[in-house]
Amino acid sequence: MILGTFEVTDTYYLVLAAMIFTIGSVGVLTRRNVIVMFMCVELMLNAVNLSFVAFAHALDDVTGQVIVFFVLVVAAAEVAIGLAIIVAIFRRRRHATADDLQALKG
Amino acid sequence: MTAFLFFVAAGAALAGSLGVVLARNPVHSALFLVMTLVSVAVLFLLRDAELVAAVQVIVYASAIVVLFLFVIMLLGVDREESMEDRIPYQRPAAIALGVVLLAELVFLAGHEWATGQRTASGVPLTGDGFGNNVERVARVLFTDFLWAFEITAVLLVIAVVGAVVLARRSGQRPGEGSSVDTDEEVKA
Repeated sequence: MILGTFEVTDTYYLVLAAMIFTIGSVGVLTRRNVIVMFMCVELMLNAVNLSFVAFAHALDDVTGQVIVFFVLVVAAAEVAIGLAIIVAIFRRRRHATADDLQALKG
Repeated sequence: MTAFLFFVAAGAALAGSLGVVLARNPVHSALFLVMTLVSVAVLFLLRDAELVAAVQVIVYASAIVVLFLFVIMLLGVDREESMEDRIPYQRPAAIALGVVLLAELVFLAGHEWATGQRTASGVPLTGDGFGNNVERVARVLFTDFLWAFEITAVLLVIAVVGAVVLARRSGQRPGEGSSVDTDEEVKA
């Protein structure tokens, strides 16, 4: 196999995490559907988790993996609250796109 | 074999994340999100993070995505959104900012000084004397991070109560009190 002796270093994981994070941030900036924007935030959180795990491997320290658990918990709480807010907004007005939410516009 | 697995999983993760952003239908976005999350779980396994990979599949790829799909189906927003922007230059500006961000992050990731430092009382990821991966994570989680762990429990309780309060139909049943009263009950 051509990749038999090829060594995947931690830098590869960091670059991959950077790519996923960038895709997620561009998605947050361009999409209008609030639920899809939430999914893009999840993508960004996952990219950060991936870099935490890569650093845990690079430094030979399990603390990076422990931090991932806290990120997971915060992400779960964020999704629960965020989706509840979306449901509440959707009940009030029949749309859930970011352009419709301009009540605080100055 | 490890390198082969890495490139397969990395390609699947990138394709899935592009699919989340590009898919017109939110249900398709959610399914692409599952693809990305499972691929990232494979990458976790390749970096000796067995417990984190299992939790990723159980919590993220099942529970959170099911919650997303549930809300999409409940609200009926699975129709395609209009792609016209209120600000005409928004999409090119976002893509340009994304390119700049990617350049910065890759520049950082490729440098030696971005490697950080070990924690003072850290448990090593490999080597003998600390048991398997679950035992190592538990040893750090329940000693050094015990206070943060307890705060996490409080955070989850707040999230559950907040979700119930937000999702409750206020003013639906007379005599049950308005949402303002409910907020005060929660604070009390």
